[in-house]
Order: sequence, then structure tokens, then C-alpha cells
Amino acid sequence: MFYREAGQFKSSYAEDNQIFPIRQDRIAMAALLALAFLVVPLIATPYTFSAILIPFLIFSLAALGLNILTGYAGQLSLGSAAFMAVGAFASYNFILRIPGIPLLLGFVLGGLSAAAVGIAFGLPSLRIRGFYLAAATLATQFFVVWCLTKIQWFTNYSSSGVITAQEMLIFGYSINTPMKKYLLTLSIVCVMALLAKNMVRSNVGRSWMAVRDMDVAAEVIGFRLMRTKLLAFAVSSFYCGIAGALYAYAYLGTVEPEAYNLDLSFRILFMIIIGGVGSILGSFLGSAFIILLPIGLNLLAHALSLPTNVASNLELMVFGALIIFFLIVEPHGLARLWQITKEKLRLWPFPH
Amino acid sequence: MNFFFEVLIGGLLSGVMYALVALGFVLIYKASGVFNFAQGAMVFFAALTCVGLTEQFGLSLWLAIPLTMLVMVALGLAIERIVLRPLVNQPEITLFMATIGLTFFIEGLAQLLWGSQPHQLKLPIEDVPIEWLLEKYNIIVSQFDVIAALICALLVTGLALLFSKTKIGRALRAVADDHQAALAVGIPLQQIWGIVWAVAGFVALVAGLLWGARNGVQFALTFVALKALPVLILGGFTSVPGAIVGGLIIGASEKLAEVYIGPLVGGGIEGWFPYVLALLFLLVRPEGLFGEKIIRRI
Repeated sequence: MFYREAGQFKSSYAEDNQIFPIRQDRIAMAALLALAFLVVPLIATPYTFSAILIPFLIFSLAALGLNILTGYAGQLSLGSAAFMAVGAFASYNFILRIPGIPLLLGFVLGGLSAAAVGIAFGLPSLRIRGFYLAAATLATQFFVVWCLTKIQWFTNYSSSGVITAQEMLIFGYSINTPMKKYLLTLSIVCVMALLAKNMVRSNVGRSWMAVRDMDVAAEVIGFRLMRTKLLAFAVSSFYCGIAGALYAYAYLGTVEPEAYNLDLSFRILFMIIIGGVGSILGSFLGSAFIILLPIGLNLLAHALSLPTNVASNLELMVFGALIIFFLIVEPHGLARLWQITKEKLRLWPFPH
Repeated sequence: MNFFFEVLIGGLLSGVMYALVALGFVLIYKASGVFNFAQGAMVFFAALTCVGLTEQFGLSLWLAIPLTMLVMVALGLAIERIVLRPLVNQPEITLFMATIGLTFFIEGLAQLLWGSQPHQLKLPIEDVPIEWLLEKYNIIVSQFDVIAALICALLVTGLALLFSKTKIGRALRAVADDHQAALAVGIPLQQIWGIVWAVAGFVALVAGLLWGARNGVQFALTFVALKALPVLILGGFTSVPGAIVGGLIIGASEKLAEVYIGPLVGGGIEGWFPYVLALLFLLVRPEGLFGEKIIRRI
């Protein structure tokens, strides 16, 4: 009744091509943004900011990056945390070594460094595919973390191998409270999500999907495989790199290379599986799910007064079972469930 | 020179242990087309169950091993029934991700059942240097490693024969080629998968016992799966001899690199050197040393 597009006519190509062609979606999106930018900062507590909202946004960004590579371009990667690490440590070094560099420029340069590393480690994808590639991306994971641990220049010769993020200054305005960090993260994530959405709608995204579905066929009909695959690696690592920088600057503050370990890569992979492989919205839903699940399980364990080691093992089991459950029941993840809901809503309350 | 040989032999023998884990992967991949990331978790689960049975129920090791075998077969059948059967005919990548989920589930389950503290596992094989080698050539080679290598060799021969000579082996390969076609010509898919996972459970048990006796039974056992991956890449996912040769190459080069290159770059390169080696190798032969050549059609 409320979600129906009857009477909304498109009279130009521009209208036909908009991101949200249905008016209700546009209104809902505007309301959501208003909520996130205006209402949440007024009502949320510092705990909510720093334990839920900021990590949620950062992981969404990382999941977005992996989703571009795995979901859209079909290149399975187990090394996303490595690209995050490159982004974080490169940003740190750019901001440290170039005096007076703007913070955001430092982030962008960090992201670009991650993209460069991504291209370097994406090169084998031209020859190898599938599992061989997945196993090969593990090389990135171990090699990058090892490099950052062993080469002390990256951590500015700190004795513990830990970096402390510099104060975040934008035009002399210090970003030091959880709320300000949240707003900064939110703005960056919004801009990058919009960019990603447009990228996958454009011919870049179509070439990625063609390569994903059948790369030999895509090559035959004229897509340049090398360019397409490497672009996917570059864009994906750029997103992961920015996410990694935010992870260090807006979330943790002090960070060691080991924070970007294989476990983190797996968590990001789970986010896109549960959220929906090959979906922008899915990255956000999956990230929210993976952030909230341990918190929920912890509350439950507290309520049942389970010992902590039982609770943490149960958490592992629930994670594993959920992955399998989603793969069997809804391989397209939460995003697909949302799509089904919307389709049902169009007919509601008079389904056929 | 003695030192070089000592490192080399030590590397080769530990490579045999990698090969043993890699074998579990190859077995399942060859027979069902599933890249089973949970193999490491299964190794951990098997070792922990065996130790748990001896410690908590006071069973002797000779009773605990067959019992663990039963548990592993049950686990394999359960995986076939609950996870794989609903995923028939899904893309390989989906199956792979399902096994990542399985990894987490099995790791949680193992520690929930048997606790998460490390255990000692004593096998009736002494970890002492072989005397005549020590006396004659002054090279230290552990007796344990040699016996472990012999066990691996036995296992591999058995499995290679199973694959190439028996009717079951042929059926296994048919299933790996194409689930649906195999079903269509009357190969009992579920039965075949059940067999494969049971055998994989057995290999995991052997690997778990040998690794557990060497390094103690603890969570770190799950990382042997990560050691086995470069072995697989190098040898090819579909080849039993590939797993062995790959294991030997990785084991030897990893130890040599750690000893001779490690000090130049700050050490600890054992973690990534095998991967980078395997990666470079792939650039030359994208399907590994003995892997089947992948022919792609539109």
C-alpha cells in the first residue's frame, strides 16, 4: 500500500538511470542519512560510538572493498586484512614524514599505497584462478604483516612495534571525541559507498561482472582481462586501505601489525557471505550482523552465566554454523532477504 | 657441510608431515571437488579427541585410537549429511566457503568438548637421534621423524592404490569430475562422499597423532592446514604424488631459507616463504607441478 510505484513515470533517461528509481526508496534513504548524521550524534553514548557504530562503519567499508573484488569481479581473496594494514601503516608514515599534510590526503595516499600493493599481488590472478588464487592471496596476508613487523622503519622504530595514530586535524579542527570520529567515518563511508554504487552500475562494474561470470567468454567478446582484473584489485585494495587507516585512526588509536591478521580477513569474508556476495547493501548488513552477533551472544552468555571460555567456543560454533546455514538456505545473503521483502511489500496487502 | 645436510634432512622429514596434511586436502578435492579448508580443524579435533579419551576416561592409547577413528567417521558422515548434501551442484567457491564455516564450527566444538588447554601426547615412538647416523656421519636425525615418514609413505601408497586400481577409486574420480553426470550414470554420490570424508577423517587422525606427539596437542595444530596450502599449490590440488613432492620441496626450502636467508632479513620468514615460493611457481605452471591441466571452454 505504501510501497508502490504506480503513477511514478520516467520521462527522461536521467530519471530512468537514477540510483533509487522509486520515490519511497529516495525518501527512506534521505531519512536514513538524516538519522545517521543528525539524530544519532544527539542520542548515542560514547560507548555506542566507539564499540558499535565506528567499527560497524569501518568494517562496512572493508567489506565493500572485498565485495568489489570477490562479489563483483569474482576473485576470491583471503588477504583483505593485509591491504587494511598497508593502508593504515602507509597513512601513518605519510602523515608522520610529510609535515603539514592534510589528514584526508594522508588517508588517500595510504589507500593508494594499498592499491599499489593490491595490483602487485593481483598480478598472479591473470594466470591462476579459483582456489589457487585464494591460497596465493594468503601470501599477501603473511608477507605484509611480516614486513610491517620486521622492517622497523614502518613503525617509526617504536620498540614495541606498535604505532600510535597522530591527532586527527582537519583544517585545524581536532577530531578527538567519539562523536566527531563517528561523523568523520560516516562521511567517508557515505562518499565511498556512493562511489562504489556508481562504479558497479557503470561499464566498469559490468566488465567486472562479465569477468566474474566467465572470464574466457569475457575476453572473447572484447573485455581486456588484465585491465579489468587489476582495476578490481586496485579499487578493492584502495577501499580496504582506507578502512584500515580508519581502523587505526578512528577506532583503535594504537595498533600493531598483528591486529591485521588472518582472522580479520576471515571476518570480512564472513561479512560479505552473510550480507550478500555482489551487493553494496549486503556489505553493510553483513558488517552490522558480524558486529552485533558477538555482543548479543555475550549478553546471552551473561544472562545464562556461562563461563567465558564456553561462551567464546560457542561463539565460534555459532559463527561457523551461521555461515553454513546462510550458504545452504540463502546463498545471496541478507541483501537478498531485503530484496524479497521489498518485492512482497509492493503487492501488500493484496498478493495474488 | 654436515650442518647443511642436517637442516636439509630435518626439512625433508618435516615436509613429509606437511605432505600428510596436504594429503587430506588432495583426497577430498580429488574425490569430490571440494577444497576442504576444515582439514586443519579436523586434525586438531582428532588429536584432541584421542588425548581427551585417554586423559578423561583413562583409556589406553590402543583403545583410544580406534574409538577416535569411529568419532572421525561419524563426523565425516555428519558433514556429508548436513553440509554437503544440501549444497550439491553449487559452485566450488560456495563449497569452499562452507568448509571455512565448518572450520570454525569444529574448532569451537573440539574445545567445548575437551577444553582449550594444551595437552601432551605420548606415542610409543622415542624422539631420539638415530645412533649410527650420529656416529658415522655426525648428523642428528630424529628416529621419530623417520618413523613418521615411513607411516606417511605407507599411507600414500595405500591411497594411491585405492585411487588408481579399485572400482571405488574410479567412482571417486568420476564424482570429482562432475557430480551430476556421476549421479546420472548410477554412482551413489552420497555413499562416495561418505567414504571420502571418512578416509579424510582417518588421514586427519594420523596427522593429528604425529603432529600432536611432536608439538603437543593445542590450538596451534589447526595452523598445520596453513602449512599444507603452499604444498598443495606447488604440487597441484589433484595429485597425491604432488602432495608428497610439494611437501618435500616446501619442507626443505623453508628450513634452508630460514637458516641461510633468515638472518639477513630479520628471521621469521618461515611463515610466508613457502607461500611466496609457491606463488612464483604458479606463475610458471598455473596448475602446480602435477596438477591436471585446466581446460576451459565457453
